[in-house]
Amino acid sequence: MEDVVIRIVELKKSFENNRVLDGVNLEVERGKITVIIGKSGSGKSVLLKHIIGLMKPDSGEIWVDGVEITRLDESELNKMRTKFGVLFQEAALFDSMTIWENVAFPLIERTKMRKEEIKRIVDEKLEQVGLFGHDDKLPSEVSGGMKKRAGLARALVLDPPVVLFDEPTAGVDPVTALTILRLIQDTQRKLKKTYVIISHDIIGMFRIADKVAMLSGGKIIAYGTPEEIISMDVEEISQFLEAARIKEIGGKK
Amino acid sequence: MNLKEILKPLSRFVSELGMVGYLFFQCALLAFQRPLKIDYIVRQMEFVGVKSLPVVFLTGTFTGMVLALQSYYGFRKVGAEGLIGVTVALSMTRELGPVLTGLMVASRAGSAMAAEIGTMRVTEQIDALVVMALNPVKYLIVPRVIASFLMLPILTIIADVLGILGGYFVAVKLLDVGEGIFLNRMYRYLEFHDIYVGLVKAACFGIIFSLICCCKGFYAKGGAEGVGKATTEAVVASCVSILVSDYILTSLLF
Ligand SMILES: Nc1ncnc2c1ncn2[C@@H]1O[C@H](COP(=O)(O)OP(=O)(O)O)[C@@H](O)[C@H]1O
Ligand SMILES: [Mg+2]
Repeated sequence: MEDVVIRIVELKKSFENNRVLDGVNLEVERGKITVIIGKSGSGKSVLLKHIIGLMKPDSGEIWVDGVEITRLDESELNKMRTKFGVLFQEAALFDSMTIWENVAFPLIERTKMRKEEIKRIVDEKLEQVGLFGHDDKLPSEVSGGMKKRAGLARALVLDPPVVLFDEPTAGVDPVTALTILRLIQDTQRKLKKTYVIISHDIIGMFRIADKVAMLSGGKIIAYGTPEEIISMDVEEISQFLEAARIKEIGGKK
Repeated sequence: MNLKEILKPLSRFVSELGMVGYLFFQCALLAFQRPLKIDYIVRQMEFVGVKSLPVVFLTGTFTGMVLALQSYYGFRKVGAEGLIGVTVALSMTRELGPVLTGLMVASRAGSAMAAEIGTMRVTEQIDALVVMALNPVKYLIVPRVIASFLMLPILTIIADVLGILGGYFVAVKLLDVGEGIFLNRMYRYLEFHDIYVGLVKAACFGIIFSLICCCKGFYAKGGAEGVGKATTEAVVASCVSILVSDYILTSLLF
């Protein structure tokens, strides 16, 4: 049996008359990179916010390490949240703090570490994402790609076993996108963490994914390894692959 | 127009009142919970208090000056110029000091609170705090409300003093009212209670505007446009609430 960290069962969510999630079923395996692909507006961010307890579903269940989280109160949710690191879509760095302070913030607020130790860890993380030397800049003074890398460092700084990524490569140039993908892959390999990535960047994500799930019409319509997904005969996937011109690449594999 | 359309703004008002009330109780609970976040409070005290000094300075001085000028016009008709001092002092301490300080600080610092917190909401910075298992009300709203609660009385004292000095300058130096009678009447009729009432009102205004502005920002949605809208609404709602609660507080504290 596979070791499942997150199990989502028949998750449904509507905003007024807009049904966004219409019965999502998904299992995320421990120590793997699971990528959830979907068009923009398909409800990927909404799904991610349910996993971390920022939104409550209309119905359905979410199990994290054997605990059903949709009915937990805020203090129980907070216990569950310590297992997660999150990289938000626009990085969501605190704009009143420097890059260094942003990365140090979870350590300062969540742990009782001493100053020197915090400094050592933060410097190491910044080094890891290639931001050493930019640490005293404000988020408004750096590029989008640097913000994402700082956001990644902040998400990893407490060493959480599960990391969620909301569109890590959206809105940055292709070269930076590749750097970010490599960073994601490297950190995952090194630390053996569970990564859940939501994205519409099908080419980039197929390079690093262990498992791919396709979100469309409020449901997961396909799930499998990248190779399995490419060989599936599902309309939405063909459209996606066609748009991304990955068919030939897929065929060569 | 059907009943539903008439009731819509009313239900919106009630639900917003509910949100502000909810935040008030949250703040009251969290304010005494460790860690106290003193550094966050001090930073906000600097922002709300120190940075408001110039505007409070100007408002207080000119209000006192125009009060002296206007009351001179009225009192001269009945030969009671000697009452200008006490009129200026009572008006400043009981009413204009706290209200004008409240309105000026709400427009200056309150708008910034709504804009900052609103931006943090729409750029997911508040979600980031929640995900780190930290309470955003504790980190963002409590320090601002405490700072406003503490700083408004202090700013009001400054406005009161400058208003009285401005009134003194206009009455005694420009309009030749006797210095002795100006000060004598003021000392005789201005009571500590008058100053106290004004400061209590100021502290309440501090809580009211900071809660409203933080609340508007906290529940902002719809990107930069939404933040702009929330900021405007926050300032208008704060100013109206200050004036309405001013009447209620004055009648209670009379
Ligand atoms: N807080 C919200 N209130 C109302 N509608 C929302 C909210 N969040 C998301 N939606 C709607 O849900 C749909 C999916 O949004 P989202 O998950 O952000 O898409 P994406 O897949 O691009 O991340 C959109 O139609 C959006 O308008
Ligand atoms: Mg999204």
